[in-house]
Amino acid sequence: MKREGTVPAVEFEGVTKRYGNGPAVLEAVNLTILKGGFVSIIGPSGCGKSTVLKLISGLTVPSDGAIRVDGMTPKNARETVSYIFQDATLLPWRTVRQNVGLSLELEGASSHRREEKTAALLNLVGLDAVADAYPRELSGGMKMRVSIARALATSPRLLLMDEPFAALDEMSRDRLNEEILRLREEQNWTAVFVTHSVAEAVFLSTRIVVMAPNPGRLYSVLSVELPQPRTPELRTTPQYEHLVGQVSRTLREARSQ
Amino acid sequence: MKQKLNTLANALAVFAALLALWQLVLWVFRVPPFMLPSPWAVARAVGRRLPSLGTAFAITGEEALGGLLASIVAGVAIALIFAQSRWIRRMLYPYTLLLQTVPIVAVAPLILMWVGAGAASVTLIAFIISLAPIIANTTQGLVSVEENMVHLFLMHNASPAQLLFKLRLPHAVPSLFVGIRIASGIAVIGAITGELYAGSSRVGEGGLGYSILYASSQLQTDYLFALVLAATVLGFSFFFIVMFFEWYFLHLWHESARTPEVE
Repeated sequence: MKREGTVPAVEFEGVTKRYGNGPAVLEAVNLTILKGGFVSIIGPSGCGKSTVLKLISGLTVPSDGAIRVDGMTPKNARETVSYIFQDATLLPWRTVRQNVGLSLELEGASSHRREEKTAALLNLVGLDAVADAYPRELSGGMKMRVSIARALATSPRLLLMDEPFAALDEMSRDRLNEEILRLREEQNWTAVFVTHSVAEAVFLSTRIVVMAPNPGRLYSVLSVELPQPRTPELRTTPQYEHLVGQVSRTLREARSQ
Repeated sequence: MKQKLNTLANALAVFAALLALWQLVLWVFRVPPFMLPSPWAVARAVGRRLPSLGTAFAITGEEALGGLLASIVAGVAIALIFAQSRWIRRMLYPYTLLLQTVPIVAVAPLILMWVGAGAASVTLIAFIISLAPIIANTTQGLVSVEENMVHLFLMHNASPAQLLFKLRLPHAVPSLFVGIRIASGIAVIGAITGELYAGSSRVGEGGLGYSILYASSQLQTDYLFALVLAATVLGFSFFFIVMFFEWYFLHLWHESARTPEVE
């Protein structure tokens, strides 16, 4: 695993999205995300990055074109998909443990399975010590860990992440980047990751999708040929810096288009 | 703890100063007791009439509490309907404003005419006057849930019932308490206002509103003051009981209930 397979997890065929009679937010997007891939979507504001995630999740529907997730319609595929939002979206009236258990609870899992799974995940993301604390007592990084644990509780095959670490300081962000890769080593999911950070995209991804604005469209898809598993030391290697430079240049071109 | 004692000491000092000023005004201007009794006379009236004060306090308290509880039940139910769609809110919201702006003093005689004098109509008046803040605040709490939270629930195929009971209702609890806090004060005012019109089944016995009318017609000004004092204590009790419940339900997770607003 950890390598991209050849089976598509997500397919976009000529997908256009506009709200009402407004201009297209996304235009004629063709994109295939392969199983086992970690695909980052990067681009200037207003290029429709988040809309891509909303479309994959079925929270919004395309105006034109077709989307398949695991060969199904986005709505039918939801059981195998988890979504991590930019803010941790924790329920403040629930403890950490109850928040992690929420996704399983909504899907009607037995309380026995829920407890077992929740305990394992709290352990996995290092939150045992604060399991019975309320969200307001946690730091931003810890809240995000809770959010990640909740998303993983339903054993998703596809994980959608919308700038999950944007509000964190650089140290916490780096640490969570390493953590998310470690979790991916242990569990086998495909990731679609929206970010503003080139460094983060290069560190995490197997492929990087660069988008251009007005209207939002695909500009370029870059492969990230870096060794797996990724280690923190990677960040100081010349290959890594070279790739960061390359992606930054592509992003600049996309913006000036 | 030390700060709390300080606050208490300050409050007591102000109270003592007010009593002194009151007494001073009596001496300097030679005010007759039927216009303004001395603090001591009021204290004596409280002692002498304690049983009837207690009865009046209990009657009004019961009516106000009944009205408040009914307005919580009905207010939350109406808010749940309002939360269903923007269209319903636009259609019906103006009527809750009407509920809030209609002068209860003008409506009270009508209600008495329709329902008949007695505790039932007074409770109804307290209910009407405390309904609007419950509806407004609870609706606000139900509809102000973050969009991403709703999306999260939808991603895990939550049913409408799960969305309501696991997301919207708990999210609305802090707002509901803001509404109850406002309503608790005006429920007491509503009950007393109602009693001003409702009269009593027996002469000299009724709620605080009725007793206030009776005392003023008899020029028993010291008793009148004692009744005003009792009404104030009743309002305060409602307020603090609501504060306690708010703290009890929210202090673990909600910022508003963590520290009292008194510095």
